[in-house]
Amino acid sequence: MKPFLPVYACAAYLFLYLPLLALGAFSFNNSKIAVWQGFSLAWYNGVFHNSALLEGTLHSLVIAVVATVAATSIGTLAAYALWKKRVAWLTGSLYLSLLSPEIVTGVSLLVFFQWMFHFLRLQLGLHTVILAHISFCLAYVVIVILARLRTFDRSLEEAALDLGANEWQAFRYVTAPLLLPGIVAAALLCFTVSFDDYVITSLVAGVNSETLPMIIYAMARKGVSPEVNALSVMITVGLGTLVLISGRLERQR
Amino acid sequence: MKLRTVFLAPGSIVMLGLFFLPLLIVLAYSFLSRGAYGGVTLPWTAESYSRIFDPLYLAILWRSVWIAAVSTALCLVLAFPLALYIARAGARKTLLLNLVMLPFWTSFLIRTYAWMFLLRDTGLVNTLLQSLHVISAPMPLLFNTGAVILGLVYGYLPFMVLPLYATLEKLDPALLDAAADLGASPAVAIWRVVVPISRPGMIAGCLLVFIPCLGAYLTPDLMGGGKTVMIGNLVQNQFTTARDWPFGAAISLLLMAMVLLVMRALGDKGEELL
Repeated sequence: MKPFLPVYACAAYLFLYLPLLALGAFSFNNSKIAVWQGFSLAWYNGVFHNSALLEGTLHSLVIAVVATVAATSIGTLAAYALWKKRVAWLTGSLYLSLLSPEIVTGVSLLVFFQWMFHFLRLQLGLHTVILAHISFCLAYVVIVILARLRTFDRSLEEAALDLGANEWQAFRYVTAPLLLPGIVAAALLCFTVSFDDYVITSLVAGVNSETLPMIIYAMARKGVSPEVNALSVMITVGLGTLVLISGRLERQR
Repeated sequence: MKLRTVFLAPGSIVMLGLFFLPLLIVLAYSFLSRGAYGGVTLPWTAESYSRIFDPLYLAILWRSVWIAAVSTALCLVLAFPLALYIARAGARKTLLLNLVMLPFWTSFLIRTYAWMFLLRDTGLVNTLLQSLHVISAPMPLLFNTGAVILGLVYGYLPFMVLPLYATLEKLDPALLDAAADLGASPAVAIWRVVVPISRPGMIAGCLLVFIPCLGAYLTPDLMGGGKTVMIGNLVQNQFTTARDWPFGAAISLLLMAMVLLVMRALGDKGEELL
């Protein structure tokens, strides 16, 4: 048994990382086919000259930034209120929204937006994607911040209140600053989840609001393109870095 | 007004307006008739629900449950030794656990794409084996049910490792010493001591993997090449190509009901996530 576990663990980590590493290696391949033909940065260069990809990146960034700012603000306030006193229906529905299949969330939002547009003269577009992202990012934010609040010493706030601060001042000057690393961690996670989403986004996006994952999806269906490999490497490294920073902040006390 | 009420308001509005209201509309649509160009029209009817019992759709439901169950079982078998190893790794525990979680938090789409890159007819595995003359023609590795299960196992393995690790970490090593002293071989000790103790983690992990597998859309779509249709794909199809919104709405709610059932089984353990 002793030698089995370490060997097995190595194999498991290989299983987890090998596909990504292979993809990464071949993004530097000087050929379209999956045979190594020498080192090249041509596909990376190609990504930066592909206007559709650049436009998609811009859309994804705008959506992720706006959704992150909104969801993090709303989520922080909600988590704080839930920490003060549990609200069963809200906790339950956040939990449900986290577990509900993306496709169901997506079609329900699509149906909702179409129904709303009977009354408002609007169409699907970046705004509908942003609203959808705020909705599904909220649960992530609340979870991260609530987890941090659970380790938080309530007596600090009580001291502030005893010393004459009102509820708002106690939050603003005592709890919020101490909570900041958790808030940043939640925001980074939120950004990652939003930037990466394909299923919900593709259902509520309009004609001119193609996001990066939507373009990658379309290219993946057509066949493997080394440009997508290069793009994937950049996104994975970028999002991976954000996740690492987020994790570090979460643990920071 | 109390500060807590003010703080709670925006979150409540988002959840009511962008989560519950859309689901309510889906519920209403599921009882309406199909519109000519998508959308819905009167009269009210429960026909969409009775159509679920069409053998064609029952087969898709059964396939989804079956694929999700097999993927979950595979995850459990694969994750258990890994979680055990991490739980006993001492100072490197956190690092090893984070290494499992890291790919999970980066793009799901890209991880699926990476497997497509490996498994395609012109992918790395087939090209490599052909150049080594192991095979003469490409093997059909992608676009089948096996590939879908592989994609799901790869995608959701971290969900199994995490709760298993949480229970295994609390395991007192003295129990294993005691088992050994009493004559149990390591394998027997694992089976009779470690496995029963980690049951809560196993149950939580299985449910956490089963839920997303059951509602999977992207994996069957990409890795199955549209040939392995699961509930998620059926829903998507009704809202796009088939343009039968009431039926799509009915299946969505059925899927949601199945998720709720599994969630109830998860019970308070799941709420601890929040």
